[in-house]
Amino acid sequence: MADERIIPIRNDDDVVLARSEARDLAKSLGFPSTDLTLLATAISEIARNITTYAGTGEVSLSVERRAGRAGVLVVARDRGPGIADVELALRDGYTSGHGLGLGLPGARRLVDEFELDTEPGRGTTVTLLKWAPKDPST
Amino acid sequence: MAVPILKQGPFLIASIQAALTDTDVIRLQDDVIEQVGRFRSRGIVVDVTALDVMDSFVSRSLRGIAHMTRLRGALTVIVGIQPEVAFAMVQLGLNFEDVHTALDLEEGLAFLQGFGAGMGAEGESGGG
Repeated sequence: MADERIIPIRNDDDVVLARSEARDLAKSLGFPSTDLTLLATAISEIARNITTYAGTGEVSLSVERRAGRAGVLVVARDRGPGIADVELALRDGYTSGHGLGLGLPGARRLVDEFELDTEPGRGTTVTLLKWAPKDPST
Repeated sequence: MAVPILKQGPFLIASIQAALTDTDVIRLQDDVIEQVGRFRSRGIVVDVTALDVMDSFVSRSLRGIAHMTRLRGALTVIVGIQPEVAFAMVQLGLNFEDVHTALDLEEGLAFLQGFGAGMGAEGESGGG
């Protein structure tokens, strides 16, 4: 976790910054271009949830290493209103705002691991992990 | 960064140059709707070749442009969706079923010209 990068999310410029930083980090781990786009799109969805529902928050990016593999770990945190019904929020097509209701369930489909930790009144933390392809030399 | 909109005959061409913020997308929507009226445009090409991410917000906004311009009598065609972007859109669950798309600017203009020709029935020979 030496090189954790934290991007404060306050407005839509920060959403673009978060996804471009994640793209650079993933590229350095050898992600193919399709995976770069999937990761950037997932980050766009969860970072926008911060600006839409919580106002402000942050996105943290770091490299996760497990069993000889490397991946990009993304943690999006806010101290917003939280989500009362997690099951509903993860259902396709459900929206409490003005989106398409694809944000959370869509982001989940774009990554390898997804975790949603939320409590009404306390905020929301969404954790995403996307693995780089296995190094063929190992 | 604002998206430049060029007028080309009866059509408008909006070429997205770089990653868009939500503010840019909303501005594009407003600009296109306004210019369709000002230039009495019959069609709009939105070129998204430079877009690296098409998330649910951008997708919803582009559909919004297509639907609103339709109500103003103009047809919108989205061109240049990159292969990775198309892949991500499918995974995300986004579809453009009700929006016209074409491979690139050239195809998009050809599509609109075909549509325009179909509208102008005067030159048609024969028929009932």
